[in-house]
Amino acid sequence: MGQARKVQKPLYDGAEWSFEKLDAVYDAIEEIANEDLGLNVYPNQIEVITSEQMLDAYSGIGMPLMYNHWSFGKSFVQDEFYYRKGMRGLAYEIVINSSPCISYVMEENTMTMQALVVAHAAFGHNHFFKNNHLFRQWTDAEAILDYMHFAREYINKCEERHGVEAVEELLDAAHALRDNAVNHYSRPVPLSKEMALQRLADRREHERADYRDIWSTLPPEAEGSADDKIKSHSQVANMVKFDLPEANLLYFFEKHSPVLEEWQREILRIVRNIAQYFYPQKQTKVMNEGCACFCHYFIMNRLYDKGLITEGSMLEFIDYHTRVVAQPEFDDPRWNGINPYALGFAMMQDIYRICHEPTDEDKEWFPDIAGCNKGIEVLKDAWENYRDESFILQFLSPKLIRDFRLFQIHDNSALPHLKVEAIHDGRGYRKVRSALAKSYTVSEMTLDIQVADVEFEGDRAITLRHMVHDDVPIDGKQAEQVMQRIAQLWGYDVGLYCEDAMSGKILATYDVTTS
Amino acid sequence: MMHFIDRRLNPKGKSLPNRQRFMRRAQSQIRKAVKEAVNGGKITDIGHNGRITIPSKGLHEPRFKYDYTKGKHDRVLPGNKEFSAGDQIKRPPKGGEGKGGKKASEDGDGEDSFQFSLSREEFLEVFFEDLELPDLVKTSLKEEVEFEKQRAGFVRVGSPSNLDLKRTMRHSLARRIAMRRPGSDEVDELRSEILALEAKGKKTKKLKELQEKLELLESRRRFVPYIDPLDVRYKSYTKIPKPNTRAVMFCLMDVSGSMSEGMKDLAKRFFMLLHLFLSTQYERVELVFIRHTHMAKEVDEETFFYSRETGGTIVSSALEEMQKVLDDRFPLGDWNIYAAQASDGDNFASDREKCLSIMQESILPACQYFSYIEVMDEQELEIFKDEQNMTDLWRIYSQLTPEFSNFAMRRVVKSNDIFPVFQDLFSKEHAKDT
Repeated sequence: MGQARKVQKPLYDGAEWSFEKLDAVYDAIEEIANEDLGLNVYPNQIEVITSEQMLDAYSGIGMPLMYNHWSFGKSFVQDEFYYRKGMRGLAYEIVINSSPCISYVMEENTMTMQALVVAHAAFGHNHFFKNNHLFRQWTDAEAILDYMHFAREYINKCEERHGVEAVEELLDAAHALRDNAVNHYSRPVPLSKEMALQRLADRREHERADYRDIWSTLPPEAEGSADDKIKSHSQVANMVKFDLPEANLLYFFEKHSPVLEEWQREILRIVRNIAQYFYPQKQTKVMNEGCACFCHYFIMNRLYDKGLITEGSMLEFIDYHTRVVAQPEFDDPRWNGINPYALGFAMMQDIYRICHEPTDEDKEWFPDIAGCNKGIEVLKDAWENYRDESFILQFLSPKLIRDFRLFQIHDNSALPHLKVEAIHDGRGYRKVRSALAKSYTVSEMTLDIQVADVEFEGDRAITLRHMVHDDVPIDGKQAEQVMQRIAQLWGYDVGLYCEDAMSGKILATYDVTTS
Repeated sequence: MMHFIDRRLNPKGKSLPNRQRFMRRAQSQIRKAVKEAVNGGKITDIGHNGRITIPSKGLHEPRFKYDYTKGKHDRVLPGNKEFSAGDQIKRPPKGGEGKGGKKASEDGDGEDSFQFSLSREEFLEVFFEDLELPDLVKTSLKEEVEFEKQRAGFVRVGSPSNLDLKRTMRHSLARRIAMRRPGSDEVDELRSEILALEAKGKKTKKLKELQEKLELLESRRRFVPYIDPLDVRYKSYTKIPKPNTRAVMFCLMDVSGSMSEGMKDLAKRFFMLLHLFLSTQYERVELVFIRHTHMAKEVDEETFFYSRETGGTIVSSALEEMQKVLDDRFPLGDWNIYAAQASDGDNFASDREKCLSIMQESILPACQYFSYIEVMDEQELEIFKDEQNMTDLWRIYSQLTPEFSNFAMRRVVKSNDIFPVFQDLFSKEHAKDT
């Protein structure tokens, strides 16, 4: 881009790929990534797999060492069915946020595709994983593979010891709460396989060392009176004791469920840790894909400028690229929400444009960066310090709103009509922008549900509270099913009440009574 | 430095345990779906079309979710055309196009059922589950393997008899055009021109030029041959084992009032097994359905299993009908003929002799194999348990067994009996005797 074209010999020709060509292309891409983009990445490990292995990798939510569960089999048979019937293609790559950063590429890809995938995954995503603040705070790339290995082994062992059915039942219940298993406010402790094993060993050792046969002869009442702390029946005491309200439901059951055994708590912990690991990915879909697309677009263009890839490959690349970043309009039959690749890529390109060729409008909207001529620096700063919500709120420009012809619809189920709240005009830009940003907030993805109260003295019932915002209720049918699974984890009565956040009115309750 | 790792040789099917867990989880639904596919489907479809649809009940993974059909929320969409701020739009019908049409089933939670494919083995396993199928495919009739030549592309070397003229000439033509070999008409024209000039007798400069040109053309023609060894292609053949040509399977069934639905279902299962079995042996298996009461008729599969008929029971009518179809459409030498007859054993007493003679004289000599299945319920089994008390047809057919080794008869009461009976009929030892 912009630089004079130094023509070199193309690195490859034709569609066939080989490991020598891959090596050469990788080196060329690395050079551009280091010198032109200044990316900072984890060491790369690129693995070539077949389409069938890709199907396998799909089903374990993209993790190479996932434990076994029927739900992964379910997604597998379905992916396989659609793939075999030609109704759906496969992804060209899967990349894992780990160090070394593992990218899977398919053997069916052409050489150009492999180059694209290396630029996209091994540099774009990799840079994002290593630098974005969410990933740095919430995930531990060094340890994840080890931890997954531990999790898989541990669950296998539990299956041997306690039976496949028992483990499956527990995982079913835990999976139902996967969305409500994230610590939103405190950072997780770094994962480590050794530490996890050590903790288990310590716990067993403690139990063994503390074992006194004489305690088992005590009458049960004595136990209660011996412990002064749980004498208080008041809710306040409970709140303090259990640190209520608690939004991380799975954490709460892991720590406080009266019926779970040690191994069951450990499995809940595994599910919770994996959910936590994916938490940043959910919040940065647009940015992550935008970053990767910007990188591959930049790198492929540089390769072409340098003469390292042929015109034919370039055309092939552009064909793939445009298909990936296409955004069908809302009335198109292909419409399936806003394509994170399209929005992300367009925003990155737009930021680069604002830095280098700003219009008067851009200068007014983005005085800090317009015309600064440091596009790559600005982008890298954004990749590091934002997530989708804040990124859109900060950087979505009027020009893009016009290009996408974005408009905001207000849907109030109480009214017969939908209202067009704002469109791509002077009065609408800010409204559209904040509405779009809002749709990427955490609260849009997970419901505001907390453990509100526990009755440890009486019937041991637990009460959950859902705060209803904007009158959008919980999906009742699913809530009933989830409550069944919660009852299974808690062992005693469970109840959920939905409270309107504004008026405090109780809108609905879902109770499960165990007897 | 960077590592590329080739994982292509790693074992695939890492999802197999997950797939099996899923199958186990969905077992009851799959079993039901397979049964439905069997009951509703055609005999010929069984085991070929593994696509089944099962309800997602019990396979659903619930989560706490918003119900976006209610309450207030905002949505930002791309592609505005005619709207301006403040417009009121009619709420689009659910699931329709337009505003967030797909939102409801974004991650498959809105679906009530889902489709997937079972492999043929999985399907058979489920299908024969309550029949306790050991391994159907391994049971095979002893037969001689014939080889068939099949075209397998083109090669550069071969025997002249396999020369592929068309392709060779095409290559030759392409090469000649590419190498600019002068055509014969071009040379002929030049020659006649020279002859004309020579006839005039003058040795002009033009004549000399033309002669030189002719020489050039001819040398070029020698240089670029009409057919070069490069052009030649031969047809290539490979030998593949050939399934023993084709077979026809006759399904004969008594549909008179005494046959209950349960009995018909048993019969259907037996017919299916036989068809499946024959399909593994023969390239092509034709099916002929003949049902009979006091008169017989060839019908299609649908009618055969599902329509009701009343009347008496004359078995020989069906045999006669079969004989007629055989004569008309399936000349003996060209077809392997199999027949399976299902009946509750009733027959008019006066029909005995006729049945026996048709079987002895024409049908059994023509058939590769004829199996008679007597379906009955448990009460009847009690009655007809001993040798003295036999159904009419059983009594007649019993006389055939010593004489014809290609004839077999069995009784079936429960669906569990079918596979053992089937295996018994078609075991390898049995095939050796035939």
